[in-house]
This record gives sequence, C-alpha cells and structure tokens, in this order.
Amino acid sequence: MRSLVDSSIELRPRLGPTILASLWPIVVGIAFAVAMQLFVKPNINDYFAKQLLDIGISIVLAVSLTMVNGFTGQFSMGHAGFMAAGGYAAGAVCYYVSLRIWGTGGARGSILSGMPLDPSGLPSFAVGDLLFLGSLLVGGLVSALLGFLVGLPSLRLRGDYLAIVTLGFGEIVRVLIQQTEPVIKTAAEAAQTPVLELPIHVGGALGFTGLPKYTSLFWAYLVAAITIIVAFRLKRSTFGRAFLSIREDEIASEVMGVNTTRFKVWAFVIAAFFAGVAGGLFAHTLGVGLSAEAAGFMKSFDVIIMVVLGGLGSISGATAAAIVFTLLPEVLRDPLATPAWIVVAILGVWASLSGLAAWRSREGGAERPWVMKLALKLLIPGACVVAIYLAGKNGIDLSPYRMIFFALLLILMMIFRPEGLLGVREIWEREAWSWLIGGRRKAVAASPPQGGGS
Amino acid sequence: MAGADPQTPPMLEVRGLDVHYGAIQALHDLSLSVKKGQIVTLIGCNGAGKTTTLRAISGIVRPSGGGVFYEGASITAAPPYRLVRMGIAHSPEGRGIFSNLSVSENLDLGAYARSDHDEIARDRERSLTLFPRVRERLKQNAGTLSGGEQQMLAIARALMARPRLLLLDEPSLGLAPQIVQTIFKIIREINERGTTILLVEQNAHMALKVAHYAYVLEVGRIAMADEAAVLEKSDAVRKAYLGVG
Amino acid sequence: MDQFLQTFKDGIAIGSLYALIALGYTMVYGILKFINFAHSDVVVLGAWLSLVIARQAEAAMGWGAVGTASGAAPWWFGGVVLVAAMLLCGVLGFAIERLAYKPLRKAPRLNVLITAIGVSLLLQNSGQLPAFFGTKPKSIPPLVPDTVLFSIGQVQFRVLDFAVVGTALLFMIGLDWLVFRTKVGRAMRAVSHSPTNAGLMGIPVDRVISFTFVLGSMLAATGGFLWALKYTQVKQPADTSWTLLGLKAFVAAVVGGIGNIRGAMLGGLTIGMLEQFGSAYLRSSLADVYVFGLLILVLLFRPGGILGSAAVDKV
Repeated sequence: MRSLVDSSIELRPRLGPTILASLWPIVVGIAFAVAMQLFVKPNINDYFAKQLLDIGISIVLAVSLTMVNGFTGQFSMGHAGFMAAGGYAAGAVCYYVSLRIWGTGGARGSILSGMPLDPSGLPSFAVGDLLFLGSLLVGGLVSALLGFLVGLPSLRLRGDYLAIVTLGFGEIVRVLIQQTEPVIKTAAEAAQTPVLELPIHVGGALGFTGLPKYTSLFWAYLVAAITIIVAFRLKRSTFGRAFLSIREDEIASEVMGVNTTRFKVWAFVIAAFFAGVAGGLFAHTLGVGLSAEAAGFMKSFDVIIMVVLGGLGSISGATAAAIVFTLLPEVLRDPLATPAWIVVAILGVWASLSGLAAWRSREGGAERPWVMKLALKLLIPGACVVAIYLAGKNGIDLSPYRMIFFALLLILMMIFRPEGLLGVREIWEREAWSWLIGGRRKAVAASPPQGGGS
Repeated sequence: MAGADPQTPPMLEVRGLDVHYGAIQALHDLSLSVKKGQIVTLIGCNGAGKTTTLRAISGIVRPSGGGVFYEGASITAAPPYRLVRMGIAHSPEGRGIFSNLSVSENLDLGAYARSDHDEIARDRERSLTLFPRVRERLKQNAGTLSGGEQQMLAIARALMARPRLLLLDEPSLGLAPQIVQTIFKIIREINERGTTILLVEQNAHMALKVAHYAYVLEVGRIAMADEAAVLEKSDAVRKAYLGVG
Repeated sequence: MDQFLQTFKDGIAIGSLYALIALGYTMVYGILKFINFAHSDVVVLGAWLSLVIARQAEAAMGWGAVGTASGAAPWWFGGVVLVAAMLLCGVLGFAIERLAYKPLRKAPRLNVLITAIGVSLLLQNSGQLPAFFGTKPKSIPPLVPDTVLFSIGQVQFRVLDFAVVGTALLFMIGLDWLVFRTKVGRAMRAVSHSPTNAGLMGIPVDRVISFTFVLGSMLAATGGFLWALKYTQVKQPADTSWTLLGLKAFVAAVVGGIGNIRGAMLGGLTIGMLEQFGSAYLRSSLADVYVFGLLILVLLFRPGGILGSAAVDKV
C-alpha cells in the first residue's frame, strides 16, 4: 500500500516548471533594473535621475513595511531605525573593506553602478559591485537580527505595543549611532585598527562621510523588484492569506492564537531585512550625508503614510503611494516648472482623494444619489488640482503645507475609507476599483457580535 | 395573572424587528409585547437570538428594520443610557459586573441616572435586604464574588435604577440548581412588588414556571407564543425544551 | 552626596512632569484602548499657549520681568496663564475626540492608531505655520520668582522647583480623588471596563469619553506649562524632542501598568529617576536608551506593568 507521503509527492508540481515559474519575475526585475540604468538614465537630467533613485528606495521601504503593517495588522513605527542600522552596517563594511584592500574609500564599480567605463577595461560587473552587494546583504542581515530581537518580545503582546517598542527602538539606534567614534580617513590608520573595532568608527554625531557612492538606478530598482517579489510570495503564502482575511477581526485573530506569532515574527524580520538593504542603498547614494538623524521617527512616519495611503496590504498600492509621496513635494514647490510630472502627481492626488469621495452612506441613512456621489468624486480632487495650479500660477510655495495635507488625508481616510486607497487589493484587481466604477459596497456590520449568546 | 386587562396597550412592544450582524441576519421580523405587571419570558436554544432581542430593545445593537415602543413612544434609536432614565433596566448576559470596582460601587452605578439621594439610599437598603449575601460583601472587589453572588449583585444593581421594566438576560446561566431556585424566587418577588419583567432564559423549565406569558424563539423567529402555563403543557415545548418524552 | 541630592531632586521634578503627561495616555488607553499619539502635541500646545498668553498679557499690562523697575507680574498671574492654557487645550481635546476618534468607535484599533498619528502630524505641522507659533524656539517670561529658598550643601532649592513639583502633585492628587471618590470617576472606571455595560447603567458613555479627553488634555496643558516654566525655552512644535517627551511619558504609563492611574504616577517617577540617575552616574547621552531599555524589560518580564494586573491581552 502506498503511503500518504508517496501520493503527496506525486501531487507535488514538478520541479523544473516550478523553478521557471518562480524565476521569471526575478529575470524581469533584473532586466528592468538594467534598462533603468543603461537606457533611461542617459536620457534624463541628473535631477530627475535623483528623483527616480529616491522613488526606488522609497518603494523598498514602503513595500517592506507593508509586509508588517499591511499583512499582519501589527504596527511597526521604527522602520527608519532599521533602515539606519542597515545603512551604517553596510556603509562600515563597504568603506573599511575598500580602505583595507584598495587603500581608498572610493567606489570601483561598473557601469551598472553608474561609473564611467574603466579605461583599464574592467568587466561590466566589477569587484566593487560585488563588495557593494555583499555589504547590502550585511546591512540587511544586521537589521533583520535587530528585527528579531525587537519583534520577539513585542509581537507576543497586543498589536499597539509593537508601535511603541519600535518607536523606542528607532530612538535607541539614533542615540547609539551618535555615540560612535570618528571615521578613520586613511588606509594606514585603518590597517592599524583591529578589525572588530572598525565598525564603531562610523562618525558619531558628525555623520558617516566618505562612503563610496555605488548606488545607481540599477541597484535601487533591482532591490525594489526583489522586495516586491518577496512581498507577493509572503502575501500569497497560506499564512499571508489567512492574515489578510482576518486582520480586521480581533476575535478571529485571537482564535488563530499562538500560531500567528511565528508568521508575525517572520514578516517583521523580512521587513527589517529589506529596510536594512534600503538603508545600504541610501547610505551609498551620491549627495546623501548619512547621519544618526536617518533613524529619526519623522522618516518612519513618512513610510507609514505611504503604506496607509496605498492601502494596508496592497503591494502595488504602497508602490504607487511611494511614487506620489516622493514626487509631491516637488510638485507643490513649483507645479508649473514641472509640467512632465504634474500629470503623474495629479493622477496620484486625484486617485487618493477619490478614495475619500467614495463616501459611505451612513448606517441606516439613505443612500446618496449617484449624481451627488459623482460630484463628490470629481469635486474634491478637482478642487485640489485647481488649488495646486493656482498656487503655482501665483508663485505660492505649497510645500510647507505638505505634511498638513498628508495628515488630513490620513485622518479623513481612516474615517471614510479605512482600508486605504486600494485596501488589500492590487491595482490590477477589479475589486480595487469598484468604488470608482460605482459598485455597491457590502453592508457594514451594525456591531460585531460579542461573545456567544443567543 | 397580575391583573392584565386585554384593553390596555402593552408596556413594551416590539414590531417587525430585523437585526443583521454583517451579512448574517440574526432576527427576522420579530414581534412581541410585554404587558404591564407581567413576567414575560423569551425561551429558546443557544443562538436563537434571545440576547440579540434584548440588545436591540435596549439600543446596544441597531436594528435594520422594525421598531421598539415603550409606553407608546418609539425608543428604536435611543442610546442605552436614555432608556435607563425612562425606567428600563437591562441586566446583561454574563452579568456585566464591573470587576475593577467594589461591590458597593457596582450597586451605586445602578443608580447613576438618579439624583434623589434619600430614595436611592432606601432602594439600596431594599435591594440589600433582598440579597443579604451581597450585603456581606459590600467592601469587596466585585471580581472576587462567586457566580451566584455576581448574579445577585447584577439584579440588585438593576433594581437600583428603580425600573418599571426589567430586562433579565439568562440569570440562571452557570449557577448551581439551588441558587437558581433562590434567584427565581426573588424574580417573582420583584414582579409582585410591581416591576414588569422580560426574562430571557435557556432554562425553560424555571422560566415557564415563573412567567405569565412566553415566547419561543427559533433561529431568529418567534415559533410559538402563548400563556406560560399553556406552553408548559404543549407537546412541542415539552419535547424540545423541557426534555420530556 | 551633593550629586546624589541634586540628581534626586531633578528626578522628582522631571518624574512628576512625566507622570502628569502619562496620566493622559493611560486614561485614554484605559477607556478606548489605543495610544493617543496626539497627546504629546497637546502638551506642546499647552507650552506654546502659556508662552503666547504670558507674553501678550505682560506686554498689554506693562509688566516686566520679576524684579524689574516696571513692576513684576502679580504672583497669581502664573495661575491665570495656566488656567487659560488648560481651558484652550481642553477645548482642543474635546474637538479632537469628537471629530477624529468618535467616528471610529467601532473601527479596528489599528485604524484609530493611524488616525492618532494623523492628528499628531496635523497639530505639529499646523503649529509650525507662521500664523501660529513658527519654526523657532522662544522663551517664556519668568512667571515664578527664581529666588533660592534654601540650600543643602551645594544643592539649591528654588521657588520654581517647588512650584513645578507642587503643581504637578496637586493635580495628581486631584485626579486621583476625582477618579476614585466621585460619581463621574466611578463612571469613568466603569466605561473603561466595559463601555456597553456602562451604557446599561445609564452612563452616557460618549460624554464620559469626551470628559476623559478634556481632563487628559488639561493635564497635558499643565505639563506643557510647567515644562516651559522649568526650561524657559520652548522648542518649535514639530521638534522631535516633544515626540520623545510624549513617548517617554507613554513608557511611564506602560511601566506603571497601562490604564492604571496610580501606576502612571509611579511609572513617571520611575522613568524620571532612571533617566536622571543614569545620566548622572553612567553616561548622560544614553538617557533615552535606559528608558526604552526598561520598556523592553518590562514588556518581557512583566507586561502588565508594576501595578497592572498580570494578564495582558495577547492577540
């Protein structure tokens, strides 16, 4: 008689096709990242290239935080702490290894790292790139380890404890970074310092200067692609689905019980890993001064806004929100000078505000007539676009009001469209847009049934 | 029967009540009425909608259809605390004891809506005479009471509101038979002193014995309604709820 | 010995301010079970309102600083400033609760938390606008004479020290009395145990919640006022040190036992002492690390806090 194991092996999909199927997203991701660097970068100005780079890093941060705040319903508020920790770890590895091996902290990358073609004819994937890749991994791992240490105690407790612990964690990271020693500038000095002491020479309050600037569009979008792929795998895992379906229901999540802790810790550790890698990217970006302030909670709040507005649990939503959030300050500063982007920004603002306009009819109240709904949908975003345009025309700088705008958006969104722009849906899923097309929302529970009862 | 005149309008009337929990409908077009001075009981199995009915009457859940009328006026959308002021006290399922407060403070909370201090003191005395066990434990933390004592406290506390209509949700739940006897004796006593009672019970045997009129609830609908004495003898009820042949 | 006494004195002073602010967190958490991130911004507003009111009033009345020829403000002036700041912050607390939190009474806790972050960001960034307080720190005029009352060794005890600690203590005792000895306090405790059952007792739950917010905001205003008095300089509204102050106060609430009024007071003093003694005897730049380190230890070994019950909801 055949055992259960045998028959289940038979049922398993064959290895070859499975690997192919799971490989194609990675291939597409690499191709996209290479194309960004080799074909897009040469055709745009440096300023726009920097914006694209920031967007790439923001996507990594937003999508990784979605894994925790979106998938598990826990709330981490220390993403910047993980980012800074990873950034410093990656920076220390990359800088001091360079100093020890080559005697300088300069970058020795290939064209993929945005370096000019080396006259000596180095291959397109240079040793420096490998070093950079390695240090990104180290940054991610250090951050993941910290994530484990922070996550384990607090994820056992009620959701909002994680918020306060992670917020405190970010502060600890910030303070500890400030205590570090000055950067060692010369190879001779670095050679005399014991290897294990090198990581504490990361600049203290002055910031970590002199890092090799490897980060390019290629690296940023490669990491972004990998983050998105991992996020999808996590979301579609058995646990991921279970979590998304019960996240809103506290009683049901209590019933899920102890098993959930493992998934929560995993999601948290993976998210911390990618935040660390994002920190590594950030640290090696041209024109960035890495300092302890990177760990501050204002940066964490930025990422939270992206995740919430995108829809807690929507990977594509978080990506879209990261793009809009990164571009919006520029648009608000001088909308008329950025004609090419205004379309993007307006679309973003329009889409997020339309979410608000999907005004729910109050419980027990009469359904609003569709004319009014349509008016609301068009009026609010329309007014915003007009306001931004008028401000630009009159030379008013709206960027100081940026955070006020986002804060109001958060509050209104939680009241009128609590699931965020897309909820847990992805952009290409039809349900994500039902509010726009005018599909009826499901009736909302009068109140959760408490206890058993008759 | 405590002098119920068929001509007088009922004290409490529920008309065509629908209640939804999300997509699930818990009550379907439910109607019942409670006459002044009576004990009316609502019996049924677990999950039949008994507690939901009481919660809808006292405004904890919002019905999606139908209405609730008290002494002729609609109380359908009224928040729970208003009802207390109108003379309806609801002793909830699970007793609703505030375990972080002392027994004495729990009692005082029952009279929260009132400000006639002398009368409150008198009612307090009366409740404590009814439940001497509660008096012994006044200073204690309410969380330390036994189940039976907590039930007594819950009823005593509801009486502190000096209600004209008392909604009792499963007062016998989880109690030893002897204590159940005591509690039902007191329920009858409270009614004899003039308080109308709507009693939700799983213990159909005790409930039918003490009540004047009874409704049987099955999956959110009224299945039977008659004088308690009549229902007690009906075959269907005996089979399903009294566990008799 | 002098250093010990000085540190102890500072610990009491800071600790009583933490305690005052922690009370607001713990009361809201006790009733609505979420971290009111906007609480620290009400503290900020209290400090800034005190500053603006004090400056305007002194300018209008022609009062100078204490001891100047133009005549100092009368002794009761500080009290007037405090009451005005408390009233304004109370109104703000009421508005925040009604507009932002009440619509979410039945929403998942996460949504309320996000709203609170939104409210916090809104207050911070609006406060920075030139129309309100601007982006530069300012100094509050001295409302309490800075004279030395007595000294023990090198340690001086000033009128200001006693004013700060005394006011904080007075308000804490007042709150304790209100919560444990009055009818409305009983209602607050009932609502925090079960809003539904509290409603069945005839308690107007929404009004009690509003009252709790007003009370917490008034204590926050007091905290902000005393903070401004003690440090003279008031930092700009979005300065991270404010968020950090709020955070430490929340840690104090957790350490004492979240939802527990007396726990918050005890936690505040604990955090204040820990911070001051850690700074004085270990390394001063690591003060924040000690505080958050303690938080993690408490969560690991006694998640209910010092005075809290051992049981904490696990999800």
